[in-house]
Order: sequence, then structure tokens, then C-alpha cells
Amino acid sequence: MPHMRLSLPGQLPMAPDDSGPARSPSPGVSRRPAQSAGEGSPEPRLRLVALRSALAGPFDLSLAAGTCAAIAGPSGSGKSLLLRMIADLDPNEGDVFLDGRERRGFTAPAWRRRAVYSAAEPGWWHDSVPPHFPPGAARELARALMPRLGLAATLFDSPVLRLSTGERQRLALIRALALDPPVLLLDEPTGALDQDSTAQVEAVLRERLAGGTAILIVTHSPEQAARLGQQRFRMHERRLESA
Amino acid sequence: MNPILLSPFDVAIAAVLILVDAGLSLALRLGLHRQLVWAALRMVVQLVLVGFILRTVFALASPPVTLAVVLVMVAIAGREVAARPEQRLGRFGNYAVGGSAVAIATFLTAILALTTAIRPQPWYDPRYAIPLAGIVLGSVLNGASLALDSMLGGVLRERTAIEAQLALGVPFYQAIRGLLRASVRRGLLPIINQMSAAGIITLPGIMTGQILAGMDPLEAAKYQILLIFLLSGGAGLAAVVVVYLVAFRLTDDRQRLRIDRLTAKG
Repeated sequence: MPHMRLSLPGQLPMAPDDSGPARSPSPGVSRRPAQSAGEGSPEPRLRLVALRSALAGPFDLSLAAGTCAAIAGPSGSGKSLLLRMIADLDPNEGDVFLDGRERRGFTAPAWRRRAVYSAAEPGWWHDSVPPHFPPGAARELARALMPRLGLAATLFDSPVLRLSTGERQRLALIRALALDPPVLLLDEPTGALDQDSTAQVEAVLRERLAGGTAILIVTHSPEQAARLGQQRFRMHERRLESA
Repeated sequence: MNPILLSPFDVAIAAVLILVDAGLSLALRLGLHRQLVWAALRMVVQLVLVGFILRTVFALASPPVTLAVVLVMVAIAGREVAARPEQRLGRFGNYAVGGSAVAIATFLTAILALTTAIRPQPWYDPRYAIPLAGIVLGSVLNGASLALDSMLGGVLRERTAIEAQLALGVPFYQAIRGLLRASVRRGLLPIINQMSAAGIITLPGIMTGQILAGMDPLEAAKYQILLIFLLSGGAGLAAVVVVYLVAFRLTDDRQRLRIDRLTAKG
């Protein structure tokens, strides 16, 4: 698969603070360099530089490993557009870096396995649950995560159509978590959940943060934003504002 | 072989049936008589015209003229394929997809048949090439049209499911594989039905025609079998070309689903 972009951005990638991003020749071999290794100034896990499209932006954002940014804002203000652009699901310009490595150095599927977008309304492409998880380690991880999010293990074998909205939402989150990505882009992951389930989801997310994952979360709940987000933003007319 | 030639009077007798239909429409207030008579007139004019054109083209026996006739037929079929779906691919995509699928499938199938099975001398003799291209085109048109409609409608319906897979790092062609398969299947169903029903429910048109024209029924059956194989091949090929061309147009170099390239008809 070619992974060059149609149009190169007008400007060069901005010079980083230190000597330069580690340009690994083979993207994706080691993807979780210890941010606590004591190097001078580690690259942020996720960095956006003038990320924009015809519909939204430009966005600039720097998210360190193990931190979470919460985005609030009215419907249609561009929150989902931002997450989709980072995941490269919509056409966009500008630069995105993962641990200092440019997005365009990854094939699109390889990038999306590292910056996993979980939509507010998850899609399902099979009648039963298991085919939504790649067989092997990821499926085992998914099974292990289910009780932690308050889902009965038997749900794994029931038809998707018989699951409740909240159950589907948690399963969709598990789909993303099962890939164990360094960056999670979560669009209202607890929108359909009650308080207890929300607390369970947040506990798992906190665990991921402690493991170095960077999380960008869209949430309508100021409490959730306060509980999870080291950085808090408000999307206003398709631009990010610090909240 | 001594076909019984029809006189204009023989044809006129059959036309009485159309008038009977029109009378029924009037009596039962179906409001169809005008449409019916108009369609019958159109049919007569079109077929007589085609008969004259073919007679001229056969007499000319000129390869460029034969090719031109086939190309016009292909273009009309391609346009039909493009016009059928409710959605439009950007930059005249429907026409590009429909036209190339119809052309590729028709030419490959017809040339294969002319150079291997039927083998007239020369192989591009218009008396064989044009009717063969025509009958293959009918099947190709069906296959391509159904496949295109299924692809364009399906991609809208299954958008969230496809994008959910993309978001989890599934490659584009894997994420739409189910839709590709369903669309090719849809394109092939009519010809599969035709094959299983052939001879039992209906006597296929070519075979009927040849028997009426005085050919031995078994010889006519062999001809029909060959033709149905050609029709299946053409329809399958057309459906496959359509779904891959559509898939190609609905993605980009970053394996996105470019639903923005699809617009509603109108």
C-alpha cells in the first residue's frame, strides 16, 4: 500500500525541541518507549501540528504519554471530526506525530491500530460478537476485560442485535482496548452508561493511562472531564479552546 | 434448414393480440392502452430499423463498421448501467464504471466465443460478431447493473460497520469484502436462475428461435448451452469488474472510506 499523501503540507514539520524525532526506518516495531526512561525531554505521545480539513481546524495539541485530554462542546461543533482526522478516517492536512514519528511513515491500517478511534455509535459487521475481535491474544484480552466492565461472559456468545445499547457501547470500547494501542480516541465512551458502569470504564481507562497510553476523550460530562482530563478543552465553532 | 418466412400479413395477424390487450385495458379501465400501443409501435419500428441496419452491415462486412456498431451497443448498455442506481459516484464515476465493466466483459466474452467455439471465417464476421455481442451485452448489462446498485446502496447502508473496521486498523479491501461478495452474488443471481430454469420453465429464446427456423432441437440445445455459458461468464466478469472499480473509487491512498464521493441522484 502506498502511504504517501496526495498533497504535501506547505510547511516543513516543525522542528522539535530537541535534536529531532527518532525516525525509525520500520514503523511500528517498538511502540511504547518508556517515557520514564529519564531522557531529557521525551517526545509527546501524540502531537498535532496544524491539523485541519475543509470542515474543521486547525488543531494543535500535545499529549504526553499517560495523560488524558477531555474535549467538551455542543453537538456538531467538530469533536468527532477532530478524532476522525487524527485516526486519518477523513481527508486532512497538517502533521500528526506518535512518539515523534510522523503519521505518514505508517501505512493507514498500521496507524489506525496505534491511534484507535472508537465512535459514539459503534458499527457492527457481523451478527455475533466474536468475529468483531481478531482471534488470538486480542480476543482473549477482550474476554478478560468483559467482567471488568460489568459485562457477563455469556454476552460474548450472544447475537449483537440482542445486546442493549450500553452493552454494545462497552463491547465497542473493548474492541479498541483489545488492540492495546498507545493512543485511544474515544467519542463519548460512556454516553449510554449508568454511573456504576461509567466508574468501571473510567477505572480501566485510568489503568491504561498508568501504562502510558494517551487518551483523547470526547465527553459531555464536566465531572468526567475533571476526573480524567489533565488537559481540558472546549470545541467551539470547529476550533479547540482551553477550558 | 428451410425457415418458414413470414409475410407482413402474418405479422399483422399477431398484432391483433395487441389490439385485444388494448381493448381489455379500455374495458377494465386500466389506463394502459395508450402506453401499450405506443410501446408496440416503438418495438416494430426499432426492430425493423435494426433489421435494415444489420442487413447493410452484414453486406458491408467491414471490420471498422462492425466494431463501431458493437461500440455503440456497449455505450448504450453502459449508460443504462450507470443510470440505474439511486446514487452517483463523483466525476461521472457511474458512467466510467458502467462503461468499462460492460466493455471489458462483452469484448472478452464475445471474442473468446468467436475465436474458440463458434469460429466463423473470419472470426469478426459481422453476421456472428454482432448478434453474439448483443446477446452477451444483455446479460452483462444485467449483471453489471445489479452489482453497481448493490455496491452503491450497500456502502451507504453499511458505512458505520465499514468505518468501525477501518478504525480498528482493518485494511480497506478486507473491510468491504462482505459487500463486494454480496454485490457479485447479486449480479450473478439472474443468470443462475436462468440456468436452473432453462428448458423446464421456459424454452430459452435462442433455442426457440433456432427450432422455429428449422434447426434440429439437439443442435439448437447445444447452441443454447454454449450461449448460456457465455452469458454467465459475461455477467460474472461484469459484476466483478464493477465491484472492484467502485471499491477503488470509494477509497484513497490512506484507505479511507470516501463516502463524500457519493451523491444522491438528482
